[in-house]
Amino acid sequence: MSEADIRAVLRDELARLAPEIDFEALDPAVDIREQADLDSMDFLNLVTALHQRLGVDIPDADAASLATLDGAVAYLARKAGAPPSS
Amino acid sequence: MAEFLMPSLGADMEAGTLVEWLVKPGALVKRGDIVAVVETQKGAIEIEVFEEGVVERFLVEPGATVPVGTPLAVIRGEAEPAGEEAAPSPAIAAEPAAPEPVAPEPVSPAPEPPPAPSAATPEHVRISPAARRLAAERDVDLAKVSGTGPGGAIQLADIESLAAPTPASRPAPFDFTQMRAAIAAAMSRSKREIPHYYLWETVELRAASAWVAHANAEQPPDKRLLLGALFVKATAVAARAYPEFNGFFEDGSFRQSAAVHVGLAIALRGGGLAAPAIHDTADLDLDTLMARMRDLVGRVRAGRFRSSEVADPTITVSSLGERGVEALFGVIYPPQVAIVGFGKVVERPWVVDGAIGPRPVATVTLAADHRVSDGHRGALFLAEIGRLLQHPEAL
Repeated sequence: MSEADIRAVLRDELARLAPEIDFEALDPAVDIREQADLDSMDFLNLVTALHQRLGVDIPDADAASLATLDGAVAYLARKAGAPPSS
Repeated sequence: MAEFLMPSLGADMEAGTLVEWLVKPGALVKRGDIVAVVETQKGAIEIEVFEEGVVERFLVEPGATVPVGTPLAVIRGEAEPAGEEAAPSPAIAAEPAAPEPVAPEPVSPAPEPPPAPSAATPEHVRISPAARRLAAERDVDLAKVSGTGPGGAIQLADIESLAAPTPASRPAPFDFTQMRAAIAAAMSRSKREIPHYYLWETVELRAASAWVAHANAEQPPDKRLLLGALFVKATAVAARAYPEFNGFFEDGSFRQSAAVHVGLAIALRGGGLAAPAIHDTADLDLDTLMARMRDLVGRVRAGRFRSSEVADPTITVSSLGERGVEALFGVIYPPQVAIVGFGKVVERPWVVDGAIGPRPVATVTLAADHRVSDGHRGALFLAEIGRLLQHPEAL
């Protein structure tokens, strides 16, 4: 599972929750919830989907680490044992 | 012999358009089965049947718009012999002059997902496991299915809709113009007819937040709770103790409801909202309630309501979650008589035992119908919600 794979999963799952957003236009350092207008239920569903698709444990206390794209990729890559990107 | 009628899905609904039958004549149906889809101002709504028996025949064909109360089909009790009743009345067919009953232009805010290059060949179809299972069961040729999931992936719903007994395609989930008109009508009526009064109270939520965090700590994400589930449960339990906030004002008088069906206000992407009911909210444990809320939000945003959910909320809860503002003062959805609003949870200085410390707090509001209740009782109702939230373990 590379960082590119993780990014693709994130793109897929965000498209499911917020079909109208342009993934490429998201600022990777800004809270996804603000940019994609996700409510608490959406965000929980995002965490649920990432957990199920990537097989990564995401304790509730860590969920805030996934609030930005950069944060989510870094967190998930670390937990999934992805090789660092070049 | 029973007739299955065009249901009333709210006080403001006069007629509905039958979009499709989801059963065939001869099908055995039981209470709660979804048998048809009806298009209303609120969107396409799945209609449940309340009789048990065999679908004898249809009286209305897809495409026809008929008033509330019009018989749509005849349902024969299992014990009754077939075809015993009087001469069949001709089925109400769609207006012959009407244009082809094709699905209306999609007005969904959802743009088409980009097609997956691999979706073209059946060997590399992207498909969810559940969809694959159902497709195999129903002998569906996957090469002919266009998926609506991310990247063109085939989802369960794609197979379900394909394999539905009638070939009619479902309309887009929402016609936002219609929905806006329905909201406008209901809210104008509310502000015209209902003398609202408003109360608010700041509720300290340290115990509730800590309890949720603790409950979630060992749970996988699909079993986790949101504070919103506690808000809904506390409101439902309080509404049982204060029944003048739970029921309907119709024909000049208030009729309280024995059951508490909390209508959950759900914002739709692209605008509009719906507040369908979670049945018997006060009787559900928090895990079940949370599962129902997730299911309901998911279905509503996908445009799949059920008739019973739309028709009978007895009180509404509007909860803004983590984002949004600190307080909202709701407009009562007629013929209901109260709406409870929860602002976002914020950290604020709070005085406990003479010392100031940071605490998570939320502003809880009540808008209630002054024809039915007064501020004094409203204050007690709101205080009861706040009190219940201090003991999350008991919810």
